[in-house]
Amino acid sequence: MKLQINTSNVVVALVAAGLLLLPLYSQLTGNIFILTLFTRIIIFALAAASLNLIMGYGGMMSFGHAAYLGIGGYAVGILAFEGIGSGFIQWPVALVASALYALVIGALSLRTRGVYFIMITLAFAQMAYYIASGMSRYGGDDGLTIYKRSNFGGLIDLSNRVQFYYLCLGCLFGGIYLIWRIINSRFGLVVQGIRSNEQRMQAIGYHANRYRLVCFVISGTICGLAGALLANNTDFISPAGMYWTRSGELMVMVVFGGMGSLFGPVIGTIFFLLLEELLSQFTEYWALIMGPLLLLIVLFARGGIMGLLGRFNRG
Amino acid sequence: MADPLLRVENLVRRFGGILATDNLSLDVIPGELHAIIGPNGAGKTTLISQLTGQLTPNSGTIVFGGRDVTGLPSYERSRLGLARSFQITSLLPNFTAADNVALAAQAHDGHSFRFWGNARKEKPLRDAAQAALTRVGLGARADVPVSELSHGEQRELELAVALATKPQLLLLDEPMAGLGVTESARMVALLKELRKEVTIVLVEHDMEAVFALADRITVLVYGRVIASGDPDAIRHNDEVKRAYLGDQHVVVAHG
Repeated sequence: MKLQINTSNVVVALVAAGLLLLPLYSQLTGNIFILTLFTRIIIFALAAASLNLIMGYGGMMSFGHAAYLGIGGYAVGILAFEGIGSGFIQWPVALVASALYALVIGALSLRTRGVYFIMITLAFAQMAYYIASGMSRYGGDDGLTIYKRSNFGGLIDLSNRVQFYYLCLGCLFGGIYLIWRIINSRFGLVVQGIRSNEQRMQAIGYHANRYRLVCFVISGTICGLAGALLANNTDFISPAGMYWTRSGELMVMVVFGGMGSLFGPVIGTIFFLLLEELLSQFTEYWALIMGPLLLLIVLFARGGIMGLLGRFNRG
Repeated sequence: MADPLLRVENLVRRFGGILATDNLSLDVIPGELHAIIGPNGAGKTTLISQLTGQLTPNSGTIVFGGRDVTGLPSYERSRLGLARSFQITSLLPNFTAADNVALAAQAHDGHSFRFWGNARKEKPLRDAAQAALTRVGLGARADVPVSELSHGEQRELELAVALATKPQLLLLDEPMAGLGVTESARMVALLKELRKEVTIVLVEHDMEAVFALADRITVLVYGRVIASGDPDAIRHNDEVKRAYLGDQHVVVAHG
């Protein structure tokens, strides 16, 4: 892939540089709030990027992606609660649990298409939500406080704001790099081909659902990682974090940024969460403004913000 | 006579009360170009779809290369060497011509669960794609997105995609559909070349093309075979004349 200088690449480079330098700014100005805010944004950007892999590239509209945030988070929370504080155990468990959940849900959901797929992924995520609500040992509806963040020995201290920020940023950049490799690989081309014309791909010899399922599992696993990060960030995990509105927010972030654009979900998440932060300072009805904005983007800018930036190049 | 490459026996397919395929039997011998003709609604595309596995027959068997494939899904039949082109062009519109063909080559080159390397830089796949594109006369259009290709070029690309799967049997569903006179002539010339390498089942409305190309012709009416034989026999078959050729009789007489 040749690197071209165009509006969207410049914006992406600026955003990436901004994210890298943010802790410096925070230290110089003593503004801790912005560091906390952006840690949260980065974690959600990772979740949105994982959703974009199946939504944007795979054509699978999953309306239950928040479930992975919850599963990854609960893996960390429950293990911490049971006295297993090592991140080397917590995080792999979070990833494996998310992958297994994705495997089961995917195998069942991928028998359906379109609206039914959306509905069935939503239904499973709500099931996960109610199961979490029912786990009375782990706080049930009230959630579970995590008293100690994942312990990675002397490697990294998650309680240190700056270290944790860079860990999250590393995960985000790593995740996006991974997705970039995937979408240009043999596997990625097949998945995108299936989105484009499933019948054709079957006719030339591809078992479409097998590829879809693997893509679904990869996406869920990456989102599980975001869940583990999120639990560490908030020191708390509750069923509310996997409610269907959260899944909807993730979809909105992807659509804002631009479906099927590699860096789009990052831009979309920054846009969404900053706007939410800003608007909620003026009114608690911030969704009243967010809603019409989403409508405008869907109506007039199908490619989201990245799509708009792309238009500048063509003049 | 050699063992048939494809043997269809007593195939039946209903859509509600309509018998789209009515107890149909058919043999395709290796190396031949076997044309299937019939008026609109005779069940030609339905037959092709059952042969490739997009549709499941209600009863009957399909044997390909000595193996019963009646219950096999389309992707497994493709693996066995059965390729089709679609009557209504069915490609990946936002991919380039080369991508379309390379994906077909990739499907038959080991597995595709490779997540890391850049597939567009795999020389063997790209070379295979380029060869298939050149074969159908699209060599210079490799990097053009499908959505920007002309209709005629898309028809040729359909063929290149099918060829890239290295088929033993090529099922062509109206490859001439919607083509102009010159484009049709190019397609006929191309098929004349291809038939030397691969067995072809050709469904086509263009009678001139069919009689110029076919070794054998099977005539379908209402899902039934009413005649099967070499072009001469079909041309002089009274039932075919009555049931199907009718006003096209003149064209056939010239063919």
